[in-house]
Amino acid sequence: MALFHASRSLVGFLIETSTNIQQRTFRVSSAAAAIQKMTRVRVVDNSSLGNTPYHKAPRVIHVYTKNGIGKVGDKVLLAIKGQKKKAVIVGHKMPGDRMTPRFDSNNVVLIEENGNPTGTRIRVPIPTQLRSMDGDFSKVLAIAGAFV
Amino acid sequence: MAACCRNLHKCAHYLRSVRLQQIQNERLLSTSSCRLAPSDKPGKFIPPSKPVIIDKAQSATSQRKFLSPEFIPPRQRTDPLKFSMERKDMIRRRKVLDIPEFYAGSILAVTMTDPNANGKVNRFVGICIQRGGKGLGATFVLRNIIDNQGVEICYELYNPRIQQVELLKLEKRLDDNLLYLRDALPEYSTVEPNMKPVPAPSTGEVPLNKMKVRMRPKPWSKRWERPKYNVQGIAFEQILSAEQLEHAQKWAQPWLQYDMLKEYDTSRIQEEILTEVTREMGQ
Repeated sequence: MALFHASRSLVGFLIETSTNIQQRTFRVSSAAAAIQKMTRVRVVDNSSLGNTPYHKAPRVIHVYTKNGIGKVGDKVLLAIKGQKKKAVIVGHKMPGDRMTPRFDSNNVVLIEENGNPTGTRIRVPIPTQLRSMDGDFSKVLAIAGAFV
Repeated sequence: MAACCRNLHKCAHYLRSVRLQQIQNERLLSTSSCRLAPSDKPGKFIPPSKPVIIDKAQSATSQRKFLSPEFIPPRQRTDPLKFSMERKDMIRRRKVLDIPEFYAGSILAVTMTDPNANGKVNRFVGICIQRGGKGLGATFVLRNIIDNQGVEICYELYNPRIQQVELLKLEKRLDDNLLYLRDALPEYSTVEPNMKPVPAPSTGEVPLNKMKVRMRPKPWSKRWERPKYNVQGIAFEQILSAEQLEHAQKWAQPWLQYDMLKEYDTSRIQEEILTEVTREMGQ
């Protein structure tokens, strides 16, 4: 009986710890302001890949710029749910030029290899300077909901 | 018990009837007396005077003596030529664009042209969380939460792209810098984009909002409890323990207030510049 109790309590303890691990979604460090390698980002489109919960936040593993720092309109490579995926930055915490918006999170939109967005809708406002940037963002702009 | 209830009911009924009678009497006295006097001899028809509609939403021109803080030069060079030249340009810009009096905590709407989409304008409504810069490079930061996404835009006050600056709500807060709203609960920085202007008193003191915001749990972007920031507008007691608050006082530098080299008394400069600006603006 005692053994049974002990095993039950052990199982309960294991379940408890596992739920604790599952529930620990907070991060001790704040997200980086500039987007560089290992920056955790937020996927803001409605693609299933970016919205299904996963125990690891999507991370930038490469920035396709010369200096390795990503700004609005730059393409990045993400490690998301154990796979590699390209994305476009559509807003970051780091303040940019005057008169341009600064966001409270580092936002990206997932794109395919050919530049088409994976999702069909963007849930947050998009900076308008994406419109005049060179590079083909017309598909990304077409699915945007609001501009700031 | 029942009798008591009935009595109460009676009493209420009596009171109501008395009030009704009073109202009727008032109406009789007020309207019929006026109408009875001319009814004896039907005279010329006098049209009622046209009602004067006062739109309180329109902000009346402020009667307050107010100098925008970017007019006050920083304490640096002794030859103020640069500042006086910039002041001239600022006044010329202010003659074209109406820049209202506002403070950190006021709610503004800024309309600016969008160079990225030709021919279009961009209107952003938000709470002013910071004013910075002196002279022509003065800036202010508006913050709002749109679609659960915090957005801040730093505007240059004298940028020619700005077409209109509307003051929707004139208000001061306990602090001059509300950057802690980034770490506060989102309802404190959410502003309705279609907000109607709230009429502000054109004379007297600017209304002070003594609201204390509730913060999200730590970590914050800055340690707002430290005495360096001297934040008054956060309800620290709800989120930090007494020990933590006491521990934060370890970084206090109470001797700095006695540093005479850091004193910068702008009252005289302010008076001079205010007279100059009012004179120039009147021309």
